[in-house]
Amino acid sequence: MSTHTHAHQFDTPQQQHQATRLGMWAFLITEVMLFSGMFVAYILYRTWYPEAFIEGSSHLDVMLGTINTLVLISSSFTMVLAVHAAAEGKKQAIQKNLVLTLVLGLVFLGIKAVEYSHKFHDHLVPGPNFAHEGIHGGHLQLFYSLYFAMTGTHAFHMIIGMGLLVYLFIRAGKGAFNKDHTAVELVGLYWHFVDLVWIFLFPLLYLLGRHL
Amino acid sequence: MTRLQRKHYINNGYGALSWFLTLDHKRIALLYLITATLFFALGGAFAIAIRLELLTPAGDMVQSETYNKMFTMHGIIMVFFFLIPAIPAVLGNFLLPIMIGARDMAFPKLNLASWYIYMLGGLFTFVAMALGGVDTGWTFYTPYSSTYANSQVIITALGVFITGFSSILTGLNFLVTIHTMRAPGMSWFRLPLFVWAHYAASLIMVLGTPVVSITIILVALERLFHLGIFDPALGGDPILFQHLFWFYSHPAVYIMILPAMGVMSELIATFSRKRIFGYSFVASSSLAIAVLGFLVWGHHMFVSGQSMYAGLVFSILSFLVAIPSAIKVFNWLATLFRGSISLQTPMIYAFGFIGLFTIGGLTGLFLACLAVDVHVHDTYFIVAHFHYIMVGGVIMAYLGGIHYWWPKITGRMYPEWWGKFSAVVIFIGFNLTFLPQFVVGYLGMPRRYHFYPEEFQILNVLSTAGASILGIGYMIPLFYLVWSLRYGKVAGPNPWNAKGLEWTIPSPPPTENFDGTPEVTEEAYNYGTNHA
Repeated sequence: MSTHTHAHQFDTPQQQHQATRLGMWAFLITEVMLFSGMFVAYILYRTWYPEAFIEGSSHLDVMLGTINTLVLISSSFTMVLAVHAAAEGKKQAIQKNLVLTLVLGLVFLGIKAVEYSHKFHDHLVPGPNFAHEGIHGGHLQLFYSLYFAMTGTHAFHMIIGMGLLVYLFIRAGKGAFNKDHTAVELVGLYWHFVDLVWIFLFPLLYLLGRHL
Repeated sequence: MTRLQRKHYINNGYGALSWFLTLDHKRIALLYLITATLFFALGGAFAIAIRLELLTPAGDMVQSETYNKMFTMHGIIMVFFFLIPAIPAVLGNFLLPIMIGARDMAFPKLNLASWYIYMLGGLFTFVAMALGGVDTGWTFYTPYSSTYANSQVIITALGVFITGFSSILTGLNFLVTIHTMRAPGMSWFRLPLFVWAHYAASLIMVLGTPVVSITIILVALERLFHLGIFDPALGGDPILFQHLFWFYSHPAVYIMILPAMGVMSELIATFSRKRIFGYSFVASSSLAIAVLGFLVWGHHMFVSGQSMYAGLVFSILSFLVAIPSAIKVFNWLATLFRGSISLQTPMIYAFGFIGLFTIGGLTGLFLACLAVDVHVHDTYFIVAHFHYIMVGGVIMAYLGGIHYWWPKITGRMYPEWWGKFSAVVIFIGFNLTFLPQFVVGYLGMPRRYHFYPEEFQILNVLSTAGASILGIGYMIPLFYLVWSLRYGKVAGPNPWNAKGLEWTIPSPPPTENFDGTPEVTEEAYNYGTNHA
């Protein structure tokens, strides 16, 4: 099979390329639907409890959130460079850009971890340890429940993506993308999608209704 | 029993690993066939236990808590582990690539992975059962499931979540395969209606399943980490859970019934030797059902306290689903008209489907009607209704399809007399089980209780008697189909003299399905005058 450029079930490499790309897009649609469940909950509760949500977002660290947004956008850029390098068959450039993307992903998760630990420290994690003086206690827990569920699901997707980057790095080292770089392209699509989710999460959780 | 020396997909490799690591869509279909049958048997055992308890008005066989766990496990196993995967993962997996002239699915590894994911989800469910089971009902309604239930909600929820991925991957594989793997000449409107139906069902799997996945995960997170998304104590809305749950779980009914309708179209065409009347209407009604199916979830929530206006809209939209469903039934009937009908076993199942699906569908209209629904909500009326669709419809079509394609799958015929006999037994048993439930539900017997007033006993005894006949009816094919593997008559490539690419290749098919890529030059069901 390794002598062919396409798997046995396909007639041509073009057909394989078309199928795998369509498969990835269909998968990304399922991802949109997955996140949409939480977005629906967010919209509902934000409409019901606007004050609590504004109060909640005022406890989030906009500076760290902004840095993280920039980090992720940069990682999308380096991912594009990796795909571009793969299209031109430049092994070193692929690997370099994959590593950059991976590092930026790690920076993002590191900053996220710092933010989470602040929330633990400030007793803003929902559950028995939640403590907050103010009138919006319960509703504030709803905000933080959504905050942790949404950013947690996003971070989980980042971790999966970083696993895929490592996989690509190893494969690139073996020269696997000389003929067919579809895999890099598909992981690129996934990585951009995960970034895009953050582009929605950041304003909804950190910025909306906030008075600086 | 000597037979063909030829290589085919079954004798192409022996040993457990050749099955557990296979990438052949036909072998994966058989893996699904065996495991789905086991799940069906397990879910059926729970059903029998439930019916035994309901033989007498007193709750004397099991504690109410145990009873709650029994109907929960019955629902979870039957819905998530049998009905949703049954036709797509068994018949769809086996036939879909062949029907469009492909050598395999677009993603064979993903196909195998989805079986393993399905098994992993099943394992979680078994572990949950071993640790005491779960008592929330298959619907996991909050806040009971998230806050109060003292049973294995988290493990079961994870099992359902994992199985959902198997369904997503199957649907995704079907979509991509149908889009990109059709043989030359196989244009969209030459596709067998079985393929159209699976296309529509796959859309629902891909669009709906992720929503229930995240919803169930949120319930699990609520229990694990005290997140409070559905917790009324924090101002959260348990009804939101119902919305998100039914956004998937109503369309899930169409994941079950659409492939069943696809099987129906094949059976009706073959056994009346006619092209399906109104082919393009039947094809597009599948899509219409998929689309409308996403807009009607609120009819599960008429008494949940949702807005009256939402109720009105959901009621009207629910009535609309009847239109594409009726288009299918009327077109099948029109196909039968002046057809050359032969009453082989698959066709008996097909007739059974038409009758039972029509009753199930029409009683669905009662339930879509707001005022009537308030009266019969949460009674045995609704239990009877959805069993008529999900068991009377889906399982009749599934068994009809299994019999119809059995010679293709195994290369041998099943014994026809036994086939007909068990089809009739199943039909009688089914009706005896569920017709009385319409009556007892209309009279006010609520579902999910293990005791009931004495005046309902006669109807419940009838129902239990029917369930035992039904159980026997389901067991008979198990025996004769296994028997036929060795002793059945050798079928040949096309025992039904049917149209369709799957009948142009040997039975059982070779691993690569076709010698070369086939060229399609005619419409589906082109029976014409050849076999009038």
